[in-house]
Amino acid sequence: MCGIVGLLVKKPALRAELGRLMVPMMVEMASRGPESAGLAVFTGALSDDHRKLSLYAPDWHYDWAAFEGAFITHFGTDASIRPKGNHAVITSDVAVERVKPWLRAQFPQLHVLAAGRTLDIYKDTGHPARVAERYDFGQLAGTHLVGHTRMATESAVTPDRAHPFTAGEDFCLVHNGTISNPYMIRRKLEHRGIRFETDNDTEAACRYLEWRMREGDDLEAALAKGFEELDGFYTFLIGTENKMALVRDAFACKPAIVAETDDYVAVASEFRALAHLPGVNEARLFEPMPEEIYSWTV
Amino acid sequence: MDRLTAATVDATARTFDLAHATVRELNQFLHRELPSTAVRRVTVENPGGRHAIAAGLDAPVEVDVRGHGGYYLAGMNQHAHVTVHGNVGWGVAENMMSGSVRVKGFASEAAGASGHGGTLVIEGDASLRCGISMKGIDIVVGGSIGNYSAFMAQAGRLVVCGDAGDALGDSLYEAVIYVRGRVKSLGADAREEPMTDADFAAVAELLGRAGFDHAPSEFRRIASARGLYHWNAEADQEY
Repeated sequence: MCGIVGLLVKKPALRAELGRLMVPMMVEMASRGPESAGLAVFTGALSDDHRKLSLYAPDWHYDWAAFEGAFITHFGTDASIRPKGNHAVITSDVAVERVKPWLRAQFPQLHVLAAGRTLDIYKDTGHPARVAERYDFGQLAGTHLVGHTRMATESAVTPDRAHPFTAGEDFCLVHNGTISNPYMIRRKLEHRGIRFETDNDTEAACRYLEWRMREGDDLEAALAKGFEELDGFYTFLIGTENKMALVRDAFACKPAIVAETDDYVAVASEFRALAHLPGVNEARLFEPMPEEIYSWTV
Repeated sequence: MDRLTAATVDATARTFDLAHATVRELNQFLHRELPSTAVRRVTVENPGGRHAIAAGLDAPVEVDVRGHGGYYLAGMNQHAHVTVHGNVGWGVAENMMSGSVRVKGFASEAAGASGHGGTLVIEGDASLRCGISMKGIDIVVGGSIGNYSAFMAQAGRLVVCGDAGDALGDSLYEAVIYVRGRVKSLGADAREEPMTDADFAAVAELLGRAGFDHAPSEFRRIASARGLYHWNAEADQEY
């Protein structure tokens, strides 16, 4: 069992409220996944030539200022870092493909959680309410977010195996369920030079869908191919730069419910996670059908 | 008792506001205290999608849930009459023995699962696996039902005023399904059979109980072909 939550606000005025509206959703879903939690929040986009990376350090008191100094010295460019304990988001005009090998060589203890122009990720082990407090989720602003509370079945309880998983840039996925053929997917992708960072089944689904999009599929076409290739039980909630998408497998053993109003689209594993949202009793409420693609654009 | 916000209108009515009281307090009242009181009507305000609201009832009480319920609402019900003015999560009225449950909105998966008796009415749609392994319950759905409904259903009637999804009545035993709309596909060993006078009468009686205004002549009967009742050693076995 795991819990998923997602929120996309339709009115710019609500963007500052995004985290505040979401936190009770995540806390309510803690009973479905009490051991880890994570959140991907999509903010206003950086300019075309800038990228940000969400980084995870093994130590809460990690010396991010020293890291920033090393980054600026090595790449000879300006960079800004926004630390939050063991997490930090570094923004610069250096391409992600240049930063990652340097990080692996010089800072192997740092884990890249996300890369792109719009996406910040925070994820860690611990009760979701504590994780939300630790990273001030209530203060986060943005257009949409995708979150998860984890009860592990397929791999160990560690921060890097918590959801959301990311691949490429500005793409993330959270999952409730179990993929049955992750190693088949993985062998297929590794053959094409795609690197995996964990042994988690969800990472295979995430990298598969992102790979399909780099091959030219749009999100909907990639998800349709996913119905063919990804075997197992899943409710997926996916975030991209300007979209939030929801699918369930053919057997639909894993729940989801959607509430849509003029102000927002909210997704959760169960209605109780949405019960506090303003206007939810007048919202259009529905459960996604098996193998149907639901997507919303910012 | 001060947490129970009991807005007592009269000695026969009681209100629990789940914005303040817990489901455990509500259910402990319904299970333990109710039989020794004059209360015959209980209203539940602000259910907030919580699980197991009014589960395990064993008394002829009327329960009104004013909002959306979570999983297992009115599960194992015996004697009580429960109305939900909203939607419900998985397993509403699962394993119901007697009494009735009415859902004004839609029901999530496994509505009425393994129910032995009583009547479950869902005015909206029911999701996948409606009536799975039902054992004598009557279920009337005003809307449509999802895939794999009435899987291994053993006894009772399932009336569907809308459409049915894939694999309806897969591995059906002696439960009977009546469908008014389209059936996407039948499951293994389920087949359409001619409606008899007894079937028309049964549908009329069940629609009357549910308060749905359809002509019984619009319904078709789905029942077991009983082909799976006996092992056929002659058949080609391909695995």
